[in-house]
Amino acid sequence: MIFPDAFLPYLEPAVDFPTFLIQLLNGVQYGLLLFLIASGLTLIFGIMGIINLAHGSFYMLGAYLAFSLTEGLGSLWLALPAGIVLSVLFGLALEWLVIQRLYARDHLYQVLLTYGLILVFEELRSILWGDDVHGVKVPELLAASISLTDNLNYPVYRLAMSGVCLVLALGLWWVLRRTKLGMIIRAGSVNRDMVQSLGIDITLIYRIVFAAGLALAAFAGMLAAPTSSVFPGMGNQVLIICFVVVVIGGIGSVQGAMIGAILIGLVDTFGKVLTLEVAGFQLLPQLSGVTVYLMMAVILLWRPEGLFGSRGR
Amino acid sequence: MSAAAPGRRAPVAGVAVLLVCLAALLLMPLGVDKFYVQLVTKMMIMAVFAMSLDLLIGFTGLVSFGHAAYFGVAGYVLAYAAPQYQAASLWVSLPLAMAVSGLLALVIGLFVLRTSGVYFIMVTLAFAQMLYFVFHDTKLAGGTDGVYIYVRPDAALGEWAGGWKPFDLENFVHLYYVVLVLLVLTWIFLRRVIDSPFGRVIAGIKVNEPRMRSLGYATFRYKLASFVIAGTLAGTAGYFAAAQFGYVNPDLLGWHLSGSAIMMVILGGMGTLGGAALGAFMMMLLELLFQGLTKHWQLLMGCSIVGVALLLPHGLLGTVAAWWGRRATTGDTERTDG
Repeated sequence: MIFPDAFLPYLEPAVDFPTFLIQLLNGVQYGLLLFLIASGLTLIFGIMGIINLAHGSFYMLGAYLAFSLTEGLGSLWLALPAGIVLSVLFGLALEWLVIQRLYARDHLYQVLLTYGLILVFEELRSILWGDDVHGVKVPELLAASISLTDNLNYPVYRLAMSGVCLVLALGLWWVLRRTKLGMIIRAGSVNRDMVQSLGIDITLIYRIVFAAGLALAAFAGMLAAPTSSVFPGMGNQVLIICFVVVVIGGIGSVQGAMIGAILIGLVDTFGKVLTLEVAGFQLLPQLSGVTVYLMMAVILLWRPEGLFGSRGR
Repeated sequence: MSAAAPGRRAPVAGVAVLLVCLAALLLMPLGVDKFYVQLVTKMMIMAVFAMSLDLLIGFTGLVSFGHAAYFGVAGYVLAYAAPQYQAASLWVSLPLAMAVSGLLALVIGLFVLRTSGVYFIMVTLAFAQMLYFVFHDTKLAGGTDGVYIYVRPDAALGEWAGGWKPFDLENFVHLYYVVLVLLVLTWIFLRRVIDSPFGRVIAGIKVNEPRMRSLGYATFRYKLASFVIAGTLAGTAGYFAAAQFGYVNPDLLGWHLSGSAIMMVILGGMGTLGGAALGAFMMMLLELLFQGLTKHWQLLMGCSIVGVALLLPHGLLGTVAAWWGRRATTGDTERTDG
């Protein structure tokens, strides 16, 4: 090895265009999935002021629901609506039982309580479903692949996933920006007491927001179940990545969550494919788990309040 | 703020309880099995860890959800410092481990302290998780499995003292007393820090940071100093934990340990050093109790955590102190809440 070259970063080109395209699609799809989870997290924080560590558990719940309901009902098409109904009901119950007691509390107690909830959900999962890894079959209608070149295919299901996530994102934007409910929700995030004194039942609004956020995360889990396996601890992995998304995007900002999620999706995906060597040390993909956190660190230096966040939270 | 800062003037009863606890800890190894001596050793190590976190949560108002990072990294430093099948020198590896965790806290602190509130919680967690992945994904130190530390650190002094060995950490009673000394020293040190002018400033930051800033204090530096002190102490605890367990693995930096540490601080009562230590002891006892009851002990632990968050916001010590205060009706035991 010639000495000076050894110290230059060596970034292997992303082979060829179809491979690049596939990774791009993967990255965007992963990002959109993260958005579904992170948007619930950011809404629950932005509107209700609750930091919810148990949000990853809802993603896990969705995946396990998809597994059981697909077995029970025979198809993912039936499992999805049934799963959504169940998770909304679960969200309403959880908010009523536990979460509503946290509104007036310091973040410290919210962290502690929702951390306790993670342990509870993880153990309930172990009791109800066991500790095995499960799989969910891709529905036949979407089981095909599109061929990009002679030997490179892209599964239709992943494209459909991205499509559904995009539609949901647009729907979320429409509800928050263009409907009366959205207006009330946004008002409630600015001044809870004022909204209440205008005769609006803010307790109900909070309950709806929490259940909707939970259902979004659970739905993401259901969508992801056929592509990733259904396994113990799957929620925690996702939760921490979603924290990074929310921190990058700015807490409480839905559009920030979108940008952050896509960024993380791309950085994470390409971090695993590209090879980066500096001075003979292989940094990527060896350290690909670290890339997203490094990106967060850089963005924090630049904008401590996140890309779309406002100061003073 | 008033002169009665958290735990400034401990009531006489408090001092008495503290002395009784200390006496019990001093005498305990004389009367019980090896198992219990080792258990209490572990509890005391966790108590040091919890007290270091209490400096952040209870006294500076910084809710760090990544405190296990400094704990675990110090353990890894010991694993690196020890040649395989040989002992590392305690007098070299301990300061090294403390320095590395302190330095790590300094670097991470420079980033995370730019944020506050809920961002701070998330970002401390994310950084700790980043380190977790460094040890988990790479072959740096055994990956997922971690590394064994076959021999505990050697306490023999250098040539100048003729290689004299004041104690032997391989002996579980010696280890117990060394950790007890560490616990007492940590307590005294943190008490001194909290009662110093520096401690007044961080207490002020906890209550109202903008006001402290407008009074002319460079609050960032004070918070950073507090963060580094806490990280170094957590590292000290992590070093002894690694020495006692005889292995290190990525779970020592994991967020479950960070979460447990927060639970310890709140269970015992934050903003009272003794509370954090008590919380560590209680938490370990609960864990032992639940593990004996069922395979699904995490369910019971989760429920108790939820219960503590909802019903015991001031922790055991705070609740007892409030009860004592109501009983005594002198203004002296009035608590300032966090």
